[in-house]
Amino acid sequence: MSFALANTIGAVFAAPVRWLAASIDAPLRLWQRLTGKGGMIAFFLMPNIIVFGTFVIIPLFINFAYSVTGGNELFLTDRSFVGTQHFDRLLTCDNHFDPSSCRDDLFWTAVWNTARFVVVQVTTIAIVAMGTALILNSKIPARGFWRAVFFFPVLLSPVVVGLIWRWILQRQGLLNFVMIEMDLTPVNWLIERDWAFVAAVGVSVWAHVGFYALILLAGLQAIPRDLYEAAEMDGTRPARVFFRITLPLLWPNLLVVIVLALIRAVQIFDEVYVLTGGGPGTSTLYLTQYIYEIGFASILRNPGLASAASLMMGGVLIVLTLGQLGLQRWRDRA
Amino acid sequence: MKRTAYRLTIAAAMAAIMAASPALAEEVRIMWYSDGNEGEVMQDLLDRFMADNKDITVVLDNVSYQVVQEQLPISLAAGEGPDIARVTNLKAQAEHWLDLTPYVADPEYWRANFGGQADWMRPDGSDAITGFMTQLTVTGGFANKTLYEQAGVEIPGPDASWDEVVAAADQVAKSQGLIAAFALDRSGHRLSGPAVSFGANFIADDGMPAPVDDGVKAFVSRMVQWTEEGKNLKDVWVSAAGSTYRAAADDFINAQIPYYYSGSWQIANLATKIGNGFDWVATGSPCGGAACSGMAGGAGLLAVKYTKVPEAVGKVMDYLGSAEIVKEFSERTLFLPAHKGVVEAGNLDFQSDDPNVKAALSAFVAASGKIAPNASALSAWKWANAYYGALVTRTSQAMAGELTLDDAYARMNDDIAEQVKQAGQ
Repeated sequence: MSFALANTIGAVFAAPVRWLAASIDAPLRLWQRLTGKGGMIAFFLMPNIIVFGTFVIIPLFINFAYSVTGGNELFLTDRSFVGTQHFDRLLTCDNHFDPSSCRDDLFWTAVWNTARFVVVQVTTIAIVAMGTALILNSKIPARGFWRAVFFFPVLLSPVVVGLIWRWILQRQGLLNFVMIEMDLTPVNWLIERDWAFVAAVGVSVWAHVGFYALILLAGLQAIPRDLYEAAEMDGTRPARVFFRITLPLLWPNLLVVIVLALIRAVQIFDEVYVLTGGGPGTSTLYLTQYIYEIGFASILRNPGLASAASLMMGGVLIVLTLGQLGLQRWRDRA
Repeated sequence: MKRTAYRLTIAAAMAAIMAASPALAEEVRIMWYSDGNEGEVMQDLLDRFMADNKDITVVLDNVSYQVVQEQLPISLAAGEGPDIARVTNLKAQAEHWLDLTPYVADPEYWRANFGGQADWMRPDGSDAITGFMTQLTVTGGFANKTLYEQAGVEIPGPDASWDEVVAAADQVAKSQGLIAAFALDRSGHRLSGPAVSFGANFIADDGMPAPVDDGVKAFVSRMVQWTEEGKNLKDVWVSAAGSTYRAAADDFINAQIPYYYSGSWQIANLATKIGNGFDWVATGSPCGGAACSGMAGGAGLLAVKYTKVPEAVGKVMDYLGSAEIVKEFSERTLFLPAHKGVVEAGNLDFQSDDPNVKAALSAFVAASGKIAPNASALSAWKWANAYYGALVTRTSQAMAGELTLDDAYARMNDDIAEQVKQAGQ
């Protein structure tokens, strides 16, 4: 009875698909006859190309158009051509390592803040994700529960993450309350420059480490057990096992983690914006926030300058992506 | 024959529905933000309007002030947006407001009663009617009277200087173990009144922004020094980058600071949230060397020129701008009205049992008479926001120790010059 019912339901759902397949069968056969294999490839890629073109390629060209036009107007037809004026403004510096010597000091402050954040955050995330994956791969009680616990923050919206940690870290937040209860001196975590940076990195690591740990965990589980058993029989020390077996075999996964974390770190915005607002001063002002502020949030916005900055940031991301591809090819050849 | 008649009947019914549908579909959207209870009051007023005008549906979209400041300008620049919006950035967006003259019942009524602030919200040289101020505001200070009494410190009088006010607040803070002596909203508008009190003049003779002068420097340098000394609450100004607005009302409401410099629009907010937690008073604006000035301002309700239903917008604006409604709105929200007729009638009965409220309103009315001409002129000045943005961004960097004061002043001038250059392209 239930089998017949399932069949009936299946037939009901399959009917429209069959009808659709039948209706496009003849035109597709004609298309294949006319254009050959290449035409069919183009046909099946077309939906993706349309979506990618609409939401990535066309905006990229529009972005470029904004970057070479000036004024506060939003419509391109109302904007005047200014050539490389915005790029000149962004790049004019006596010393690029000293933002205060630059014409647009905030841009270079954001650039160096982002560079510092990327180095510290990616290193931290790689180490913490590796440690987490090793622990979650070992025989600990309630392993499934702990895996869920570490992955849970990944599911949260970055704004929620920022708000939660703001409530914890602000002057009268939960952490200072606990510290006062323990007779410790409270710290203004989000107002002291160094602590604000630590908070930005820490919260970002907390929010994303579960995802990267999962990638490494998959890699760990793919390492053949017999290698560990042989090492154990030889009486190899655990540290040697880690550096001679685990790390080399996990390297492809670790590379993916580092590159993905790197790209994401360059784009850092939402959780840190909610957490610190770029402060104290401009100590956690990162590139994406700079672009957002200039393009949208400042009292008199400058879409051209924001577009120029975002193109430059896009260039950095392209270099990073090409680096990832190069590394992958080098590894495949090796 | 029967079938033909049936078809004709259906067609006639469809035509009637089609003809009626534009009237049924007239929806007016208002983008609204609230400092206190004004959203609830406005919704109540609009419900009554809709009950009497079945052909117009008014949707009140309650958003945060940040949305009005950051997202509305983008929508307007793209030729989109709500039909009506409540904004404080009136002049800089004047090109986007609808001239209501053909759509309101009696343009002369509008000119007579709201003409005093009409230039704040229309392009220079225009005589358009674009909206009206939902309230007039004056910036000024609030003191936590209970904390001052507990500390045995007298609240400085109306002619006290900024230095005296901060010194007294610092005494209270130290005596009561508070986190700081005072806070001032992170806003260029809030910083400008005190700067004018120290002699600042933002507008050059040609109407363009003047370079940062000694008046601005006098107050900005004090603010930076007070921040370094821990008297000014760091969390408000130092905690963000750029020109982001941050109010310090919650720190005052939570009795973390004895003195708070904000404005008359906070009265309802303070009354509601403080309740009988402590006594508070409005103290007007402290003095600098040149004046004891705050800044005039307020929020306006503006019709947006991209509306598809200008006639309906005109009707809604006529209703909300009527003397009876303005009076009721002001009485229930504790806002100072901008309607000349309502002000002249003088029979406002502000609805609050809180004894602090009426005294605060009187204090702000008195403070409004002390606004310096230099400060008054800023409300209708096109470049005011360029100045405010530079002031906030660079002053907060100086407070954070990232810029010396001289560098901060130089950067303010550069930022303003860039904005002027950008706007001219």
